[in-house]
Amino acid sequence: MDLLISILSVAGYEGLIFGLVAIGVYITFRVLGFPDLGVDATFPLGGAVAAVFIVKGTNPLLATSLAFAAGLLAGMITGLLNTKLRISALLSGILMMVGLYSVNLRIMGGANIPLLREITAFDLFSKLTGLHGMALSIALAGLVALFIFFILNWFLRTEIGLALRASGDNEKMLRGLGVDTDKNILIGCSLSNGLVALAGALVAQNQGFCDVGMGIGIIVMALAAIIIGEGLFGHPKGILSILLACFVGTFAYRLFITLALRLGLPPGDLKLITSILVVIALGIPHLRKRMRQEWIPPASRM
Amino acid sequence: MKRAANHDVLNLTNIRKIFFAGTVDKVVALNGVDLSVADQEFVTVIGSNGAGKSTLLNVVAGVFPPERGGKVEIQGDEVTRLEEYKHARYVSRVWQEPEVGTSRNLSIEENLSLALLRGRPRTLKKAGNKKRRQIFREALAQIELGLEDRLTAQVGTLSGGQRQALSLVMATISKPSILLLDEHIATLDPRTAQTVMDLTEMIVERERMSTLMVTHNMEMALRYGKRLIMMHKGKIILDIGHDQKKDLKITDLIAAFERAAGEEFTDDNVLLSC
Ligand SMILES: Nc1ncnc2c1ncn2[C@@H]1O[C@H](COP(=O)(O)OP(=O)(O)OP(=O)(O)O)[C@@H](O)[C@H]1O
Ligand SMILES: [Mg+2]
Repeated sequence: MDLLISILSVAGYEGLIFGLVAIGVYITFRVLGFPDLGVDATFPLGGAVAAVFIVKGTNPLLATSLAFAAGLLAGMITGLLNTKLRISALLSGILMMVGLYSVNLRIMGGANIPLLREITAFDLFSKLTGLHGMALSIALAGLVALFIFFILNWFLRTEIGLALRASGDNEKMLRGLGVDTDKNILIGCSLSNGLVALAGALVAQNQGFCDVGMGIGIIVMALAAIIIGEGLFGHPKGILSILLACFVGTFAYRLFITLALRLGLPPGDLKLITSILVVIALGIPHLRKRMRQEWIPPASRM
Repeated sequence: MKRAANHDVLNLTNIRKIFFAGTVDKVVALNGVDLSVADQEFVTVIGSNGAGKSTLLNVVAGVFPPERGGKVEIQGDEVTRLEEYKHARYVSRVWQEPEVGTSRNLSIEENLSLALLRGRPRTLKKAGNKKRRQIFREALAQIELGLEDRLTAQVGTLSGGQRQALSLVMATISKPSILLLDEHIATLDPRTAQTVMDLTEMIVERERMSTLMVTHNMEMALRYGKRLIMMHKGKIILDIGHDQKKDLKITDLIAAFERAAGEEFTDDNVLLSC
């Protein structure tokens, strides 16, 4: 029983925090149709900015907000590479990912910043609520997730948000209706990377350190979560169900991972398992069609 | 031929468009087009494949600018080099494919909300509200397809004809200065095509919209509109006003084409769709 609760609460906390990453990735991949791989580096960027400011004695809430802002800026640059310099979306993200790695090292002044002795957002929240341990982690992660949930639920229904949502589907129509589609991409990429950096900042504070390598493979993890969520929610189209699918998908994915680890999976194999999961989820529908000798369109290269 | 400038919605001067300039693939899509469209004028545009009709509409819509030396004015404002999305204030269009004019993943209401704000800055106000829904319902009721009761239905679930009718409502709901229709019923089955064409005529007349309608169907080109333009090899080779157009027949049109273009009329594509 205790074991079950502990597994569920780990997955619960991670579902909430990494759900933010999943939403960020959903915004670029699905809403914008802009496969931004840069999030692998914006996640540690968020952690790095928050950690550096916290070590300097900045209020952890302000430090976390600055991490979010750094993510916005990074996403903006990715968007600019694509819209102003016409570099492909995929390459823009990869260039940011590689370049940001050095930037992150510079910001951190090393590969790792310990935060165990510092006052983090979790410590503040603990003082406020009297919570500790897992309950504290879940409560704060839940609060942030809820806040983001409501903000996005509002934003995506505004006039600007609506234009954003048609972006991945039909930019030609949008321009015809007077929407600056370049600006759309900038808004979407910023928002996406901001969310990912925010998650990075919280994860670093919760685990008590920031590591420059902590984002590696996070894009694939988020994709796995999105695919699971979409499967569970039957390819949602409504805003509420999309947001929920991201959180629930991440929770289910994390539950699966936590169970696998408890059953003795070496942590080093985790990324391989995740990749295989995504390959299966993406590949199976096509294999099935092939077996039924249905026609499948040629592979796309974008 | 030239009308007083202040009565014209659209003024095109010396419009040329060359694709792949300086290569062996060079195409002169538009080769010196001058055209003025008066307020509330409904102009039909015909011409064989590759005549430059779509390119002309693309220039008016700002998809790409004409070559230097050309000038596009809409309602007296020069818009020649304005970005495409800034043209939306003046111009709206319905494309040949219903998929282009609508967003599949959004609901009917959301599509119309996007269209209602044509050319206006978008804000952080809620996109959907009661007043707007009422406007949408009224606009949809007039096309009599029952879409007014399906505001929340996803556009991807509509048929091609319904989507094209929706595109038309989206193009006209914010009353642009000029409406561009590029073979907008060409992919529909004959009955749906007729329905959408009837809707087009009704909306254009009611809103008194200046319209450029490209079609391959000469009969349609003669039946609708007050003025007919024929394009050939990037030029306007015929421009027939209302008085002559009334009694014009397809054979007259073909004869006029042969006279103006100085070649025999052989374009199967145009002939077949008569
Ligand atoms: N974006 C483009 N890039 C390159 N060439 C183009 C482009 N658009 C049009 N062209 C070329 O310009 C010429 C005129 O094309 P356009 O599409 O305007 O003809 P059209 O009159 O609309 O013909 P259709 O009746 O087939 O639609 C054609 O030779 C076409 O190949
Ligand atoms: Mg054409």
